[in-house]
Amino acid sequence: MKITVAGEKKEVADGLTVSALIELENVETPQYVTVSVNEEFVDSEGFESTVLREGDEVEFLYFMGGGR
Amino acid sequence: MKITIREADFRLILDHALAERPDEACGLIAGTDREDGVREIKKVYLLTNTDHTNEHFSIDPKEQLAAIKDMRANGLSPLGNWHSHPESPSRPSEEDKRLANDSRASYLILSLQEEGDPVLNAFHVEGEQGSREVRKEELEIV
Repeated sequence: MKITVAGEKKEVADGLTVSALIELENVETPQYVTVSVNEEFVDSEGFESTVLREGDEVEFLYFMGGGR
Repeated sequence: MKITIREADFRLILDHALAERPDEACGLIAGTDREDGVREIKKVYLLTNTDHTNEHFSIDPKEQLAAIKDMRANGLSPLGNWHSHPESPSRPSEEDKRLANDSRASYLILSLQEEGDPVLNAFHVEGEQGSREVRKEELEIV
């Protein structure tokens, strides 16, 4: 199936989960990454259970924060 | 690495940070990494600090997502982020270092500690948690 990852169209296996996509994309420090699918944010607890579908648009965002 | 920011963009950040006091203000920077090695900031984003305190900042992920899409639509690359230190110097705190998870990013810190004398510096943070190395980047306001 075709999905869009960070703005790039990609062909991936049917039934791919968010968790598997994170591994496939070699995402650095995944524990600090927020994932959105079609502009809806997915909780990290849901990475394993969220199955991607044809046409999905996925974004990986690094948490950005700090303090004085 | 040398990094440049336009005077007008510096003013945008400064005015926003002053308006947000006593809270920390934050946002993203976007632009291009030129072939001559200069990182050129072409656009700054003024985003919401969802912590709303003078001690911490967290960038609103929804606004972050919208900014990333805007960068893509305008042919810009995400270059890092900026935040203000209303009451402390322009240098990464221990928390800043701990949360600097993108080794490719530039981290701009605007100190408002001295009234009327804002200080903006850029930093690069590398290494694993607990042994983070901070390097100051050469920042020029153009």
